[in-house]
Amino acid sequence: MARTLAMFTDTSLCIGCRACQVACKQWNELGLEVPDWTGTYQNHTHFTDKTFRLVRFIEEPKPTGDLAWLLMSDVCKHCAEAGCLDACPTGAIYRTEYGTVNINQDVCNGCRYCVSSCPFGVVSFNETTGTAKKCTFCNDRIHNGLGPACAKACPTDSIQFGFRDDLVTKAQKRVETLKAMGFKDAQLYGADSKGFLGGLNAFFLLLSKPSTYSLPEQPKLPQRNVVVDSLLSVGSAIVIGLGALLAFRDREQGDGNA
Amino acid sequence: MTTNLIDLQHSDVIMATSNMAENHPVGFQWVMKAKERGAKFIHVDPRFTRTSAAADIHVPIRSGTNIAFFGGLINYAIQHNLYFRDYVVHYTNASFLIDPEFKTATDGNGLFTGFDAAKGAYDRTSWKYQLDGEGNPKRDLTLRDPHSVFQLMRRHYSRYTLQMVERVCGIPQAKFEEVAKLYCSNSGREKTGTITYALNLTQHTNGVENIRALCMLQLLLGNIGRPGGGVTALRGHANVQGATDLELLYHELPGYMAQPLRDAHPDLTAYMEKETPKGGFWVNKPKFFVSLLKAFYGDAATKDNEYGYQWLPKRAKADAYSHQHIFVDMYNGAIKGFLALGQNPAVGGPNAKLARSAMQRLDWLVVKDIFLTETAEIWKAPGVDPKTVKTEVFFMPAAPAAEKDGSLTNTMRLIQWHERAVTPPGDVTSDAEFVCTLARRLQALYAGSKKERDRGFLAASFKYGDNPKEPEMVEVLKEINGYATEDITDKDGKVVYKKGQPLNTFAHMTDDGKTAGGCWIYTGVTVEGPDGKLVNKANARKPADDKDYLGHGWGFAWPANRRILYNRAAADLAGKPWSEKKKLIWWDAEAPGNEPSKKGKWVGLDVPDFNPFLAPDAKNGDKPFIMRTDLVGGFFGPLNDGPFPEHYEPIESPVRNLLSKQQNNPVAKIWKVPDQQNELAPTGSAEYPYVITTYRLTEHHLSGVMSRYLPMLAELHHSHFTEISHELADELALKNGDMVTVATPRGKIHVRAMVTNRLKPFVIDGKKVHQIGVPWHWGYNGIAELPGSRGDITNDLSATVGDPNVYIQETKAFMCNVKKGVV
Repeated sequence: MARTLAMFTDTSLCIGCRACQVACKQWNELGLEVPDWTGTYQNHTHFTDKTFRLVRFIEEPKPTGDLAWLLMSDVCKHCAEAGCLDACPTGAIYRTEYGTVNINQDVCNGCRYCVSSCPFGVVSFNETTGTAKKCTFCNDRIHNGLGPACAKACPTDSIQFGFRDDLVTKAQKRVETLKAMGFKDAQLYGADSKGFLGGLNAFFLLLSKPSTYSLPEQPKLPQRNVVVDSLLSVGSAIVIGLGALLAFRDREQGDGNA
Repeated sequence: MTTNLIDLQHSDVIMATSNMAENHPVGFQWVMKAKERGAKFIHVDPRFTRTSAAADIHVPIRSGTNIAFFGGLINYAIQHNLYFRDYVVHYTNASFLIDPEFKTATDGNGLFTGFDAAKGAYDRTSWKYQLDGEGNPKRDLTLRDPHSVFQLMRRHYSRYTLQMVERVCGIPQAKFEEVAKLYCSNSGREKTGTITYALNLTQHTNGVENIRALCMLQLLLGNIGRPGGGVTALRGHANVQGATDLELLYHELPGYMAQPLRDAHPDLTAYMEKETPKGGFWVNKPKFFVSLLKAFYGDAATKDNEYGYQWLPKRAKADAYSHQHIFVDMYNGAIKGFLALGQNPAVGGPNAKLARSAMQRLDWLVVKDIFLTETAEIWKAPGVDPKTVKTEVFFMPAAPAAEKDGSLTNTMRLIQWHERAVTPPGDVTSDAEFVCTLARRLQALYAGSKKERDRGFLAASFKYGDNPKEPEMVEVLKEINGYATEDITDKDGKVVYKKGQPLNTFAHMTDDGKTAGGCWIYTGVTVEGPDGKLVNKANARKPADDKDYLGHGWGFAWPANRRILYNRAAADLAGKPWSEKKKLIWWDAEAPGNEPSKKGKWVGLDVPDFNPFLAPDAKNGDKPFIMRTDLVGGFFGPLNDGPFPEHYEPIESPVRNLLSKQQNNPVAKIWKVPDQQNELAPTGSAEYPYVITTYRLTEHHLSGVMSRYLPMLAELHHSHFTEISHELADELALKNGDMVTVATPRGKIHVRAMVTNRLKPFVIDGKKVHQIGVPWHWGYNGIAELPGSRGDITNDLSATVGDPNVYIQETKAFMCNVKKGVV
């Protein structure tokens, strides 16, 4: 396997220009998507089958009371332990030699298990093709010596592309710098390969807690709940069954009394 | 801009007065780099924008009060002794003495000496230096003389106190003081700051004075010509700098030389006498001007016919021909035909309804653009019966940049070449091909003319390269660069330039017809290589590195590939860098001089903007501002509306002027247009109580022609909208997303309300004043399936009023009303 590639999105450098979002749509020919009124500069509200990069605009007051506009370019995380990949029954979702996660459109049967298996709401279903869609990490580009279109278009280096280990080292230094500059909540999200989901190959530097950016604090794969949930289901069934039996027994007794 | 975007990383403090992150996102990377290096970033804007999101401090300011703000900073720097005294004393005209007759607006209740109410103009007789016996300006290096520019400036801005800034701009005193302290204390030998601006300062009835105020603050703090300093003018689109240099303008010829005036400049001699200053680098103007005429008219331009001077169109007067003049003249029937090449005035200009009405009265209209614009379909305007529009419209499809060769000159004077990526389809042509073909066909129609006035046009060559149909663009660049019109020899008879050879520098231009050059400042962009082939430096692609952080090997920056203008000011009087940290160019006394017997040369990290062999202790060796007649930076610098910027309220304003009795710029241009086409709201109007400002978004370009038709861009904003504060929304019982009507005396538009925290009402002189913001990218054409591609025309709201120096419109600050629903 080749050395793992990654994208590091440093939100402290994001200016919300959405060049990444546009470059993604253009390169991947994602087509027209009639927008909804969101009441803010953010469009769209969530990932869709035509929106693989999404810039989030988050208004949050600073402790001083001054307004802050947190800007973040969100994308598929290409998780080391990928829920979508685990859930895919046809093998359409695969891991490339670079560590990225992709959907083979010719093999996808449209079952949508992957859609519900993604802890980040990234995978979407396309009604026209009948297949699941998400960021491909510009698979065609990285196999031809180019970085992803979004990283290429970013004017401020908020999205950086490279080898994962290099980027993690860089990101760790950047967090320290920001903390020294007074950004006390600066933190990495998904950089740690021993952390949640085995680390994300698209990881982030955040200036506030993950939930501020609509990211789960401790993302978990839905599959990881199967055993517990199954036991709980069995337990529930027993309880309901017992309850029903008791109820019928009561009624019988009642009937008998009547 | 005087500086270079790459150099912004060396600023200790950056103050953006424009919305740089949204409108210049690529250049903004250098602001982010500066921040990484520890610089502080201030954003002054009525709205909290994506630029504010990156700022350490956001300072909301009421639109139209920039001079009050800068005046407050100038006053603060002087009062707190924060100005860079050595720089101010020696490199500016602060020490120069002014005619004792002259009084500032502080003593004239808002007017400077010489105002003639009947003419609506200033008599500028007293706006001049006191001269000594030899004709040199008198100076007082202690800056104490009451008639010195410094003392006059101090007195003029003494009214611009913290309290006054709060009352006028709506910036709380504590906040203003915080900003003033932060910005002004980053001054001196070790520190520099820069200020960015764009149309936020220009589009006002005192637009030029706004920029002068900014420049004065930068001079006062010693920030011009130094690393991390400068005046960072951010141009409105990819090639607006190039369009300005080549003067697609009404009042100048290429290279910033006046378009002749009929009465003032009857012949070439009169033009040269009046237009050539007595000092500074502009004493060379005759060489540049004659070379320009040779580039226009070729061999037909000779000494005997004043190099064709009489064939140039002359202006009847200075107050005419600007964008705004044209549409008023067109409405009044004085203009019958119009070529709109890559422009969409039906949407993009001020008082767009007037512009459309005017174009609907034309005999003919030619539109060359990449999409069918609103201007191209002028008869389709809402509320117009196409039968009533007699204008015959011709649409010529245009090739965008990717379909043609050529250059773009960006905001930092950097000329960059681009090559055709694909051949334009069908009948689509480049602008150059269209213009050259049109000119040649007109020449054929005029071929038989014996009239003297037609001779110049018939003599002009529109052939570039061997293909008669398609001009070879590098040949156009070579003509702009300049070339020898005959063999040029030195005093020993040796050939220096062969006929047709490109010039290496504008210093080689002559006023005897031996050189031609289409725009002198661009000379050096094409040179001849050792193999005799043309080298196009605009196509140079060596990126900046540690040895050359300014990137002299990337493209070509005019003039002479110089990246920071006036850089002599980066060294002290003796020619040493002010500090190691801020070094740029310096005098190397041991370097070989211009003659074998002499030593000494200016050297450093940039091309010196100075005579490279003029020693610091030689005459004028300590005066960095070589383009000015007096060779120093000008605090006192006469414009049509005064030698110092003075705050006046916008033509439409919610309040009376608190600084003087003079409500508006006394010499602002206000056009009278028939049929109520340019009505104005009175000061403090109850009918139009809200301040409105107009602007652009990252996702769209100008009137939207290049962005609205692209789904991936148009979908980024759902629809046309206005940004409104929660406070105003509450007063009007509005919810986010409600349709509203925004109205002014000129027109009204229907848009969605984006109710946001990012706008707040101002407290102006104790009274609450609401301001709204409206972007202006939409028009009635677009894509039916995509709601974000169509919308009402914001410029229907703005007025036909202008700055008295350049007649730019006031679209950043005027008054409106907002009503719920479509009414």
